[in-house]
Amino acid sequence: MDELLRGIEQAMRLIASGDGALAEIVLLSLRVSGLALLISTLCGVPVGAALGLSRSRAHGLITALLYTGMGLPPVVVGLFVYLFLSRSGPLGVLGWLFTPRAMVSAQVVIALPLVTGLTMTAVRSVDPGLRVQVRSLGATRLQEAWAVLLEARIGVVAAIVAAFGGIISEVGAVMLVGGDIEGKTRVLTTAIVLNTRQGEFSLAIALGLILLALTFAANVALLRLQGRT
Amino acid sequence: MVLMKRAPPLICLVSLLLQLTLAGCSPAPAPTVAATTAPTAAATATSAPVVRQPGELLLATTTSTADSGLLTFILPVFEKANNVKVNVVAVGTGQAIEIGRKGDADVLLVHARAQEDKFVADGEAKERFDVMYNDFIIVGPKNDPVKVAGTKGAADAFKAIAAAQATFVSRGDKSGTNTKELAIWASAKITPTKEMKWYNAIGQGMGDTLLFSNEQQGYTLSDRGTYLSMQDKLTGLTIVFGGQKLADNQDKLLLNPYGVMAVNPARHPAVNYDLAMKFVNWILSVDTQKLIAGYGVDKYGQPLFYANSAQYQAAQ
Repeated sequence: MDELLRGIEQAMRLIASGDGALAEIVLLSLRVSGLALLISTLCGVPVGAALGLSRSRAHGLITALLYTGMGLPPVVVGLFVYLFLSRSGPLGVLGWLFTPRAMVSAQVVIALPLVTGLTMTAVRSVDPGLRVQVRSLGATRLQEAWAVLLEARIGVVAAIVAAFGGIISEVGAVMLVGGDIEGKTRVLTTAIVLNTRQGEFSLAIALGLILLALTFAANVALLRLQGRT
Repeated sequence: MVLMKRAPPLICLVSLLLQLTLAGCSPAPAPTVAATTAPTAAATATSAPVVRQPGELLLATTTSTADSGLLTFILPVFEKANNVKVNVVAVGTGQAIEIGRKGDADVLLVHARAQEDKFVADGEAKERFDVMYNDFIIVGPKNDPVKVAGTKGAADAFKAIAAAQATFVSRGDKSGTNTKELAIWASAKITPTKEMKWYNAIGQGMGDTLLFSNEQQGYTLSDRGTYLSMQDKLTGLTIVFGGQKLADNQDKLLLNPYGVMAVNPARHPAVNYDLAMKFVNWILSVDTQKLIAGYGVDKYGQPLFYANSAQYQAAQ
């Protein structure tokens, strides 16, 4: 209990002091996960919408594959991204291992199936009558897809929120592929692991609270978008 | 059909990743929802170069050199003198050596002599140099129920722990400390297995292992430096074998030498060999060795690491 209270107190002091190293960690967390989310959204929403709208016989298989992707354990993703990006791996020439790019890559692999799969589900649950109606008004296929996406926006935003929550709080993959290098690839979650390992519980709690606050703020911001068209 | 359906995300992903290489890591100001989280980061982050630059050195090392604060103490000198950035990946020695073996690090600073010698024998590094040493100690509960303190050597101490089936905590992570621990068990002619309920291989770093031992009131093998730096948090533990300082340690088996190796560019052409060799020569130099020898003396009353490069010894 003592430890907890001291952690909360220290968190407040750290945030108030505008500590440079802390700001760097927070910004890198946001930069890496934000970029991974951006990529996943730009790819996942259109693809998810297309999958949701099309009526193919392979649907069962695609759904199964996507749902498997949604449940990928981050640390397994980290392991494979590590082996791909290692100098001895197929993408070794990029020199991305132990850089923020490796972390973004791993987080995209985690977030993309989430965004795609949940978008697909949201689009599929839109009343088919809407499509018939829009088409009868002379809409092109793209306009039709847009109308359906708008109708499904609550589900789509939920997909993005879920993906963001998943990657910003993920530690296994970024630890492996980023290496937790101070000032370069250290993010909130890896810093929490490091400080716990060193017995610096107060600092770990402080970082944990900041992570929680960030996730909360991001979720509120994203959810407000649900209200708009 | 399936392949075609799966293709768009793949193409999309690859092309975007390619764009990233060209455009750097700053997110484009795209008007999507993600922009609500990204813009502050994009605007204010001091964008560190993301691809390994000629002016960057990747050092794979053990948690002990990083957690003890030694590297934070000495590395700025090297960084300033050569105008470079040293990126430190602190993991167990086994993992550090694997990182080197894949060519993902330029230089290694580790402590598991047998693994290091194999690394050189395999041609992964041209040569290994002595840098410094400290020693291992056995820590355990304050009341020392097994009376490890009375034993003559580390192997005897381990035998006593095994005979009493007292809780023992092992790193279990192929680190230098874990390697040493297993060597001590071997010399005690005991093979720890997971069937032994008192033997806990937890697969964690030294700090975690000490905290675990403190909670569980178990015995463990630790390097002296990490123990000293965390002593204030380990209120239930004490040194039961190895004495209060290195000179008091009765068992030479517990010495813990650290070596430095530059990854062989003939094996891994992409490594930054010139800078790695600069680093090797710098850490072996008398000036740096003096820094190492002085680190921690004011705080702990004894050095955390004892300098012993050939150059340093010749100068003494």
